[in-house]
Amino acid sequence: MMKYIDDYKNPGAARKITENINTLAEKLPAAKRNFSIMEVCGSHTMAIARYGIRELLPENISLISGPGCPVCVTDAGYIDTAVELSRNGITIATFGDMINVPGSDTSLGKCRSEGADIHICYSPLSALELAEKNPDREVVFLAIGFETTIAPLMALLETAKSKNIKNLSIMTAFKLVPPALEALTSDPELKVDSFLCPAHVSAIIGERPYQLFVKKHKIPCVIASFEPLDILYGIEGILEQVVSNKAFVDNRYKRVVKQEGNTTAQHFMDKYLVPYDASWRGIGIIPRSGLKLKNEFDEYNTEKRFNIEVKPGKPNPACRCGDVLKGKIKPSECPLFRRTCNPFHPVGPCMVSSEGSCAAFFKYVK
Amino acid sequence: MTDKIQIAHGGGGRLSSQLIDDQIVSRFGDGPLKGLPDAASLPGINGRIIYSTDSYVVQPIEFPGGNIGNLAIHGTVNDISVAGGKPLWISLSLIIEEGFEMSTFRKVLDTIKSSAEECGVKVVTGDTKVVAKGQCDKIFINTSGIGEAFSEFTLNKTNIKPGDKIIVNGTVGDHGMAVLTAREGINIINGPESDTASVHRLVESAREFGGHVKFMRDPTRGGVATVLNEIVENNNFGIKLKETELPVSPGTHSISEILGIDPLALACEGRMLLVCSPEVSEKILQKWKKFPEGKKAKVIGTATEDRGMVLLEAVTGGTRLVDVPLGELLPRIC
Amino acid sequence: MCLAVPMKIIQINDDNTGIVAADDASYKVSLSLIKDPVVEEFVIVHAGYAIEKLDEEEANTRIDLFRELAEVNSEMVKQ
Repeated sequence: MMKYIDDYKNPGAARKITENINTLAEKLPAAKRNFSIMEVCGSHTMAIARYGIRELLPENISLISGPGCPVCVTDAGYIDTAVELSRNGITIATFGDMINVPGSDTSLGKCRSEGADIHICYSPLSALELAEKNPDREVVFLAIGFETTIAPLMALLETAKSKNIKNLSIMTAFKLVPPALEALTSDPELKVDSFLCPAHVSAIIGERPYQLFVKKHKIPCVIASFEPLDILYGIEGILEQVVSNKAFVDNRYKRVVKQEGNTTAQHFMDKYLVPYDASWRGIGIIPRSGLKLKNEFDEYNTEKRFNIEVKPGKPNPACRCGDVLKGKIKPSECPLFRRTCNPFHPVGPCMVSSEGSCAAFFKYVK
Repeated sequence: MTDKIQIAHGGGGRLSSQLIDDQIVSRFGDGPLKGLPDAASLPGINGRIIYSTDSYVVQPIEFPGGNIGNLAIHGTVNDISVAGGKPLWISLSLIIEEGFEMSTFRKVLDTIKSSAEECGVKVVTGDTKVVAKGQCDKIFINTSGIGEAFSEFTLNKTNIKPGDKIIVNGTVGDHGMAVLTAREGINIINGPESDTASVHRLVESAREFGGHVKFMRDPTRGGVATVLNEIVENNNFGIKLKETELPVSPGTHSISEILGIDPLALACEGRMLLVCSPEVSEKILQKWKKFPEGKKAKVIGTATEDRGMVLLEAVTGGTRLVDVPLGELLPRIC
Repeated sequence: MCLAVPMKIIQINDDNTGIVAADDASYKVSLSLIKDPVVEEFVIVHAGYAIEKLDEEEANTRIDLFRELAEVNSEMVKQ
């Protein structure tokens, strides 16, 4: 029994909330009869599939998976650059999620089999230890992630600085959630009626960014965690807003998400990083949706340190990860799904990352 | 005695015979191995012969709850057992890396000896080679085993029918998790212990249910998820598990949550899955629960009409597919 | 996108690291993102970093509400 995890898996309560959701779904106003909820976060996508939540919902409620998997939205060119570095004898440290992502021609996993020095780290702290133990080697950490992961990586830089470690740099591909919500909502081809907002990104950024968003777009936003009851309770919260014709930010993960977020984490991010217009794989450029290192920290910036530049990659043109990431199609509607693209031979990143929509569909959905 | 294995220990000369005498014969030399014949001469057996081989290359070689020596015996003993046989004789082949610590070598051999004794099997022949540094990783072990088939069993997965029950003898995934967390770079200070154990007594205790027992298998690499998918593949039935009934130890459960790993995909080394007709499942459970290795035995699922599919009923009441895991288990952050 | 689990702080070291535990498993983490960590408090751990404290009172209130829901449900099933 894992405290504060298994407590939120109570089957009896799940049944009851599911009943409430079904009752609420019948009461939806005619104009919103067919209602869509986008879960922005990949951990939600994964948990929804793992706990079979989609099939518990009435037919008129659809869950759309959003672009919340950092691996999936990282450009193929980024992988290409990491591959090139590893082939030039540089030590690469990375989260396990990245190892099998296809770049334009190959993946880091394949480079490792060819002898490249690639280490899988659960925590970026292991990259720091790696650099400390091998002072004669250059260690590059593949710094991908949303706010949740960005904050720890900035704390890592702080530690590296204080320990005067000179052989560790990070290759950043940091993405921010609120600008993505904005871009998705403004896309005329996409009909998202509400957002199930991420749990741990929100723990860092707090409620405020969503409040600005809701004020502008009048779309219900509910912050929810990843246990099955949290997700069901989150969905219930969204429907309650619609039935009572309201739109506000409902924080249903109050046990962790504070209104102002984690200000220590925000301070580290402000100290080291500046926003820029980032490119999302399959989606394109979203204004001010990325964070990169400030010029004064060039020595920790892999691209500056090795005088290289990440160029756009050449993804497989038949791959429809972009449309999947934007929630325009379900993974099963992509012509490659299950045929040429599966977890053993992934074509696009959504099939690689364990929380990518395609992988979650392949793995869990009947 | 030097404290590290040297190339000369495998060279066939004086150091070689010293190593064999001091380490191998002293432990295993009381039976057919006595006098070190190149091949064991064994008495005839009555029934069908069951013969199995496996190589052990686990990294790290020592992990919470055991070492490579446990696996080398339990792995082969269990393969023979779940094929419906009584394991009798084992061959032991060692490939050792130059520079391997003699103290660890002795520990591994002690473990092999005690595990073999517990399982009632005899090491009857073997071989020892030493390779240069870097040509293997510390120690690789191969064991082959011979067993005698129990006449009561007629195991065949095509006999499985919807309604049949799937039983496991204890918590799943502990071995895989113990090894994973013993590796560098994960920073787990205190994780679960490996479940490494022999299941031969459980198989023996299920003999009396004969034809009601349709299938047995030890879920090693690829875990329970892989074995269940193999069972349903190309067959006229499926399997449905209940998440609330799955036995998972607290340590494995917590670390699975932390690392984002499904315990069903993790290897077990002391577990077996048994598929039987519903009328005997409770009786088998009662028998098994009398043994320490069967104390936490449970019915975890039922064969269904959904042909070729392994499904899991989640705590929410929703269902999902249980897929074959990919291979390398990667701790994920997202 | 961000797998993270609640664990209890059982030790705090001088270098802003600590040991956290859940059930039988314990784990070394960085506490540098946590303001004034206290032993016995629960934190949310992501990729080896504690990223926020967990408010136990809030958590337990919700758990109790869910439990009541479950009981209402099981009574209905009995009837």
